[in-house]
Amino acid sequence: MDYGLLSSILHAVLVASTPLVFAGLGALIQERAGVLNLGIEGLMIVGALAGFATALSGFPILISIIAAALAGALLASIFALLVLRLYANPVATGLALTLFGLGLSALAGAQYVGQAAPQVDAWNIPILSHLPIAGHALFSHDPLVYLSISLAVLMWWFITKSRAGLILRAVGENHSAAHALGFSVTRIRFLAIITGGALAGIGGSYLTLVQTPLFVEGMTAGRGWIALALVVFASWRPLRVIVGAYLFGSVSIIQLHGQALGVSVASQWLSMLPYLVTIGALVIIAGRGNFSHKAPGSLGVTFRESK
Amino acid sequence: MKKSNLVIGLLVLVAVIAAIVSFEPSETKKTAAVSDKVKIGFVYVGPVADAGWTYEHDRGRLAVEAEYGGKVETVFVESVSEGPDAERVIAQMASDGANAVFTTSFGYMNPTIKVAQQFPDVKFEHATGYKRADNVATYSSRFYEGRHVLGLIAGKMTKSNTIGYIASFPIPEVVRGINAAYLAAKSVNPDVKFKVIWVSTWFDPGKEADAAKALIDQGADILMQHTDSAAPMKIAEERGIYAFGQASDQAAYGPNAQLTAIIDDWAPYYVRRAGDLINGTWSSTDTWGGFDTGMVALAPYGKAVPDDVKAMAEEARKAITEGRLHAFTGPVNKQDGSPWLKSGETADDGTLLGMNFYVEGIEGSLP
Amino acid sequence: MIFVEARSETHWYHEWVAVFVALSLTVVTASILLAVMGLEPVSSLQRIFIRPLNSVYGVSELVAKATPLITIGVALALGFRAGVWNIGAEGQLVMGGLCGGAVALGFWGIDGFWVMPLVLLGGSLGGLLWGAIPAFLKVRFNANEILVSLMLTYVAILLLSVMVHGPLRDPDGFNFPESRLLHEAATLPKLFPAGRGHFGFIFAIFFALLGTWIVKRWHLGFEMRVTGLSLNAARFAGYSRDRTIWTALLIGGAVSGFAGVVEVTGNIGQLVPNISPSYGFTAIIVAFLARLHPMAVIPAGLLVALSYLAGEAAQLSLGIPAASTQVFQGLLLFFLLGTSLLVNYRVRFGRAT
Repeated sequence: MDYGLLSSILHAVLVASTPLVFAGLGALIQERAGVLNLGIEGLMIVGALAGFATALSGFPILISIIAAALAGALLASIFALLVLRLYANPVATGLALTLFGLGLSALAGAQYVGQAAPQVDAWNIPILSHLPIAGHALFSHDPLVYLSISLAVLMWWFITKSRAGLILRAVGENHSAAHALGFSVTRIRFLAIITGGALAGIGGSYLTLVQTPLFVEGMTAGRGWIALALVVFASWRPLRVIVGAYLFGSVSIIQLHGQALGVSVASQWLSMLPYLVTIGALVIIAGRGNFSHKAPGSLGVTFRESK
Repeated sequence: MKKSNLVIGLLVLVAVIAAIVSFEPSETKKTAAVSDKVKIGFVYVGPVADAGWTYEHDRGRLAVEAEYGGKVETVFVESVSEGPDAERVIAQMASDGANAVFTTSFGYMNPTIKVAQQFPDVKFEHATGYKRADNVATYSSRFYEGRHVLGLIAGKMTKSNTIGYIASFPIPEVVRGINAAYLAAKSVNPDVKFKVIWVSTWFDPGKEADAAKALIDQGADILMQHTDSAAPMKIAEERGIYAFGQASDQAAYGPNAQLTAIIDDWAPYYVRRAGDLINGTWSSTDTWGGFDTGMVALAPYGKAVPDDVKAMAEEARKAITEGRLHAFTGPVNKQDGSPWLKSGETADDGTLLGMNFYVEGIEGSLP
Repeated sequence: MIFVEARSETHWYHEWVAVFVALSLTVVTASILLAVMGLEPVSSLQRIFIRPLNSVYGVSELVAKATPLITIGVALALGFRAGVWNIGAEGQLVMGGLCGGAVALGFWGIDGFWVMPLVLLGGSLGGLLWGAIPAFLKVRFNANEILVSLMLTYVAILLLSVMVHGPLRDPDGFNFPESRLLHEAATLPKLFPAGRGHFGFIFAIFFALLGTWIVKRWHLGFEMRVTGLSLNAARFAGYSRDRTIWTALLIGGAVSGFAGVVEVTGNIGQLVPNISPSYGFTAIIVAFLARLHPMAVIPAGLLVALSYLAGEAAQLSLGIPAASTQVFQGLLLFFLLGTSLLVNYRVRFGRAT
């Protein structure tokens, strides 16, 4: 089946980027609430394993995805406990989460190496799937791709248009003021962390349920860190996370195709681009005084309920 | 103040107890192998479950155990990366009393030599390397003979005339494989083209899968690989194209996709060397066997392979086994056009061992 | 009811209590994990934590692994005290290794006592430069140093890869991505007859002493601490936040770079794509385990180094993946962070007063 090279590349880019969308959204919702969670990588890989193991055991794909979300949420709750209740340093706790998640998944996943799990099938949408280029590139994906985009839109609506989202933002901007207004900062942050964990877990499961049918320790390969960079790149706005994710996701795909086409730029230079671009974004964004572009005011600041 | 004192006291007590418990004299100091069992260690670059390279080495290990039963004891460590970690693992094995250590990847070469210097009484066998010492032997397999047969099959069966090749590192072994396959394919199909992607890893299912997909998207309808996982085979199966298994029979992952596979059979060599160790007749040698000694074998042909292609492949295999055919027979030029092999001339082992050039007709350059 | 109350005063032994509790909890949890996996906990733990130390070789390896951890740990401890979160120490280590290695390769075959210092200097400068970037961006543009230094880590690893695959590749190495083996003059001497414990350890101890001196005696150390505790107080005292940021990141970068070149010249002996099993990140755990006291970084570094050895021993003797190291380390850090609460707060049971 020849879909044309462009269409195939676009298709591959979406597949490569979708885990980043999920993880990026997961990081975003936590950061909007003022929580800097550096443990996204650990959450993703745990979700990857959970989803993989569940699918391998014969459960339907939907259950596997839920399992991945639960795994991510569960691990994230450890983070929540430490940071919210025990006032642990968030930076170190996030790192510990990553380490622990990577190690635990390697340990628990050792028995699964070499086994292949059933994959999520791509949807065949009546007319749209058969359009010339866009058909294959945009409309012949597995449901998770569409879910990721829907979630981004949903999160945008939630954060900007809903009352609950407003409260979330308030907590993230100035937790003391929010507390004074009577909102439970701890509870809201906890919910954000759990949700973020679940999203990161789903992002991880995409790797094992769609992208590669195998599980290997450390297979997230730094995507969690990219997701964190993504959030900054997107100025903490959900819809921009999609754009950023697709940009980051396209790098590795383009580099592979470039090689196959005979272009001989060392792949590492291309791989460096997303990180350099993110640094650039960090510089530009932080410098601006524009309110909507700045990081949430209370990001990374520990909130202590009683003094 | 009082409560904290109690807590501290309790903790100190716990710590002391823990210390006492853990510092009991450690069980039998088995540092030097006093037992009469020959202990052989294996260092693997990937997991045994890779269904590829490491899997076959482990089968060799199991063959040694089956053959010598109570006279040997084997240990292995998987997924040891080719860097500083390798040295530590190899040294640990040696210091734990191994009589011999098999290091099964090119990148273990320098660590093996280093450790061999520190442990002159331990024997080392390094796969696919080129550095030897009094206590370091090397061994490898003429995989390129297998690649030749694969190339013939691919050349005949491809409809798009594009063969996708997933390569790991541009070391001579890998380049040999590409060249051999290409020459064979071209000999039966002058229009065939090879597309090569270098993934810089021996084992990374994610990257291998992505590379496989990219090659397929660019028109390849048959895949070859020099990486160790079954991911490309799985992708081939999913996409409905063909592929060749790497280092072991991967038909389980691609029942429709696998045309055949190169099988590395290390068992005969391992059993022989283990025997040498037990009998004390071990010496440092360099072994490079192919179809003739059974170190390279082919998996059963897949159902998609037509009978005439099968016959051709079998004929080639027999010819190589009997020494009538050499995978690198002239006339062949290098990629830059300069002549390499004259008509009828076959490549010598030296050139093959150091091969770092593409043959004429392959596009792209070596990284 | 459980109450968490701030202590009116904290004593030093509270810190020790916290560490002991954390260690005990880690051991208990690890035992449970091992038991769940079907392994006998006590003997397993003994085999992986105690046995590696039973020989000169083992101690030597421990020292070899602890060297970068202690070195970087000290630098990070200083920086963290100042509230500067240098998460990119790994990248600075890699840059240091790369630059130092490049210098060593540049002088390949040339002997002389001055080669080694030049190589070490090259490495430190490389790391310094890599630390200067997030410092500059933070001071000038208020860019978050955590994310910048983290992104730069990936860039550094990729740069190393480019160099090792290309310009610095061993021409006699059959195209394998490795550099030449460094020559004698560019290699650090070993400390023990067996194993790889090398002179870098002496440097590590030296740095710990230096760090302690900075904290206790040098005004700079005090300045950084105050800035870390309260920006307002620092400003009131006339301390420059910018200078603190620069100092913390330049020290962090230079020292991490030094650790990197020491790794390359002492432990590995050549440039390869992967010169560090995340020492830069693990050093963060070391700094926290030491509760940011430079002297305490030495035992903390040795302990964490032991956990690395334990992971490998686990793979060799228990058959579980080496990644189990990360589980131990993660657990230890979790418990450390959890019990750090005990230092500043008291847990009280009883009625509300």
